[in-house]
Amino acid sequence: MVTTTSIRSAKSGRARNGPRDDTRLALLFILPALIGFGVFLVWPTLRGIYLSFTKFNLLTPPQFNGLDNYVRMVQDPVFWNALKVTLYYVILNIGLQTVLALVIAVMMQRLTQRTWLRGIVLTPFLVSNVVAAMVFLWILDYQLGIGNTILAAVGVDRIPFLSSSSWVIPTIAFINVWRHVGYTALLIFAGLQTIPETVYEAGRIDGASEVRMFRSITVPLLRPILSLVLIITVVGSFQVFDTVAIATRGGPVDSSRVLQFYIYDVAFGRFQFGYASAMSVALLAVLVVVTFLQYRLTRAETSDLA
Amino acid sequence: MITFRQRIRTAAVALVTVTALAACGGTTGSSANGTIEYWLWDSAQQPGYQKCADAFAKANPGLKIHISQYGWDAYWSKLTAGFIADTAPDVFTDHLSKFAQYVDLKVLRPLDDLGPTSDIKDGDYQQGLAELWKGQDGKRYGAPKDWDTIAIFYDAAALKAGGVDPAELQNLTWNPQDGGTFEKLVAHLTIDEKGVRGDQPGFDKTHVKTHGLASEGSGGGGWGQTQWSAFAGSAGWQATDKNPWGTKFNLDQPALQDTLSWYFGLVQKGYMPSYEEIGGASAIGTDKQIQSGTAALGLSGSWMISSFTKLTDSAGKKLDIGLAPTPIGPSGKRASMFNGLADSVTTLSKQPENAAKWVAFLSGAECQNIIGQSGVVFPARPAGTQLAIAFNKSERKLDVTPFTRQVVDKTTFLFPVTTNAADIAALMAPRFDAVYIGSSPISSLTKLNTQLDDLFKVAQ
Repeated sequence: MVTTTSIRSAKSGRARNGPRDDTRLALLFILPALIGFGVFLVWPTLRGIYLSFTKFNLLTPPQFNGLDNYVRMVQDPVFWNALKVTLYYVILNIGLQTVLALVIAVMMQRLTQRTWLRGIVLTPFLVSNVVAAMVFLWILDYQLGIGNTILAAVGVDRIPFLSSSSWVIPTIAFINVWRHVGYTALLIFAGLQTIPETVYEAGRIDGASEVRMFRSITVPLLRPILSLVLIITVVGSFQVFDTVAIATRGGPVDSSRVLQFYIYDVAFGRFQFGYASAMSVALLAVLVVVTFLQYRLTRAETSDLA
Repeated sequence: MITFRQRIRTAAVALVTVTALAACGGTTGSSANGTIEYWLWDSAQQPGYQKCADAFAKANPGLKIHISQYGWDAYWSKLTAGFIADTAPDVFTDHLSKFAQYVDLKVLRPLDDLGPTSDIKDGDYQQGLAELWKGQDGKRYGAPKDWDTIAIFYDAAALKAGGVDPAELQNLTWNPQDGGTFEKLVAHLTIDEKGVRGDQPGFDKTHVKTHGLASEGSGGGGWGQTQWSAFAGSAGWQATDKNPWGTKFNLDQPALQDTLSWYFGLVQKGYMPSYEEIGGASAIGTDKQIQSGTAALGLSGSWMISSFTKLTDSAGKKLDIGLAPTPIGPSGKRASMFNGLADSVTTLSKQPENAAKWVAFLSGAECQNIIGQSGVVFPARPAGTQLAIAFNKSERKLDVTPFTRQVVDKTTFLFPVTTNAADIAALMAPRFDAVYIGSSPISSLTKLNTQLDDLFKVAQ
């Protein structure tokens, strides 16, 4: 659908103004973004990959050491644990967030379309990650937090949300769901707007219930948008860092030492930029594979609407 | 987490960006216009050093000092960023756990090579302090400014409520079997939610209101300085084969493992707060635990004296805080870690001779006497130390002998100075946390010890 429209408009444009080469002008407009892309993305990525084959402490020149960093990575139990912890986090975070966001988005579309309600849903996203982590750190404090004070008041034992190894990852996942669910819901909501109302009308005439319409109309037609939202959120979720850095610093023991935090610690705490780069490359590889699989499995490039 | 235009990016990108941003942020770097940039982390010490800076400016026309203070965590990351981005200060307050790494990274100037600091004499300072700041190349990288030891801080009201005579605390003993008179005291000062004391029948160790002993975490990141170092030291234990520059570690020795078994066992008995109770990674300090009534007494360092003596209760009334020396252990002696700070000149300084002048002034008698009279820390020079003792006696009505006696009696042992300190801390902290939490046995430290030893096999 998108392609046909653009061809049609291009055709009509040519008919009005005659043939004209816009390439130079286009390049001029693209240039700033291209420079940014090159300087902040392509070059650092390439240099990061190069550094992963070196021993580098940032202050003295890097020394090439071949595959040493990768060999160390494969043998490093903390790395594998970090990967496991990160995966656990992503599954909890994305699972809960996507389901909640979908429900909120559908409610926003089917029940009420008030703008202020959409605004409220988005509010947590306006809070910076660091502030959100600080606030929850206080709310969930074992001794003094209002969360545990309420638990104690209703007669439940206090819960060490951020200081017990079994609670810490679910708690961090929850904090980030709270912050991002509104934004995700808004993305899905935008996708819902593309589903023609006529389809629902036909459903209603056939006597389908809201639940039935959700299952048979909304979900299938939303698939391309949903899979794109998933790709975006999964990639972001793998990069969880600030909440951990603020609230737990990887603890207790290693139970919230997610990969990004471990990389940061090795690089900036221990000056081992070569090894940190190697782990970053590993994270890049994981993300490429995950994204590729998601793209293929959800057939994100095709739409049932067309 | 989700940015507006999310892209797949490697962490390398993030790392480089962070570095670039940090570089943009600093405008306080070294310059050659006669202003010497000086950094410290303890806000309590800033007023004293400002007085030194004023005196220095008066004595050296054309030179002035600009002091910047950043909290402990921000301090070291800002310093690192400064070394990379050429915004590091001329002179900064250095810590023993960090300086070996900076020597390796070649960002510190040997003070012997600079005129004003070339004649610093070890003998001018409390014994052993100056030698700590010499690198493995024998050169001096820091001029001693202060020293610290460990003692017991107690809440006098808690002692009174328990009918304990403060004099009893001056001669406490402990041993890894039954904890000695120290454990008896701690048990007695522990009170559960129903008001039953830790040494009385019916004590509920799972619902404790006030613990006898405060906890500052597992101590894995700093050799248990304010946690278990005084106990392990009084059991005759040393962290490394030699100090400074040890390369073999002693975490596998029974002297340490028995000590820690007893120490962390206090948590199971309810006498000491658990990891969860003190807030895990963002633990509250001994001062706050005593202030909030979570603990009756605790071990802490002499740099905390001014914080403790300023503590107030919920009504705003000053708490009566007392001091007692660390308990006598199985070796028959007390023990305290002996640590100190120093000032270092960076290689990035564009006016090293001026910077050295300032360092010489900081480590000189005039400034150290000013610091001694401010009473915040014990200056490295004996005369300055005496002034600090006098200040505490007259202004705070506090007898600081429990700190100073360790030095006089030579019952101190030095903070373990090694290379690879950042790697050692990164390996030790989680493992000690695990022992504190109880998810790993004490014997797991034997494996940790092998890992620490291996660090030196690879690096050297």
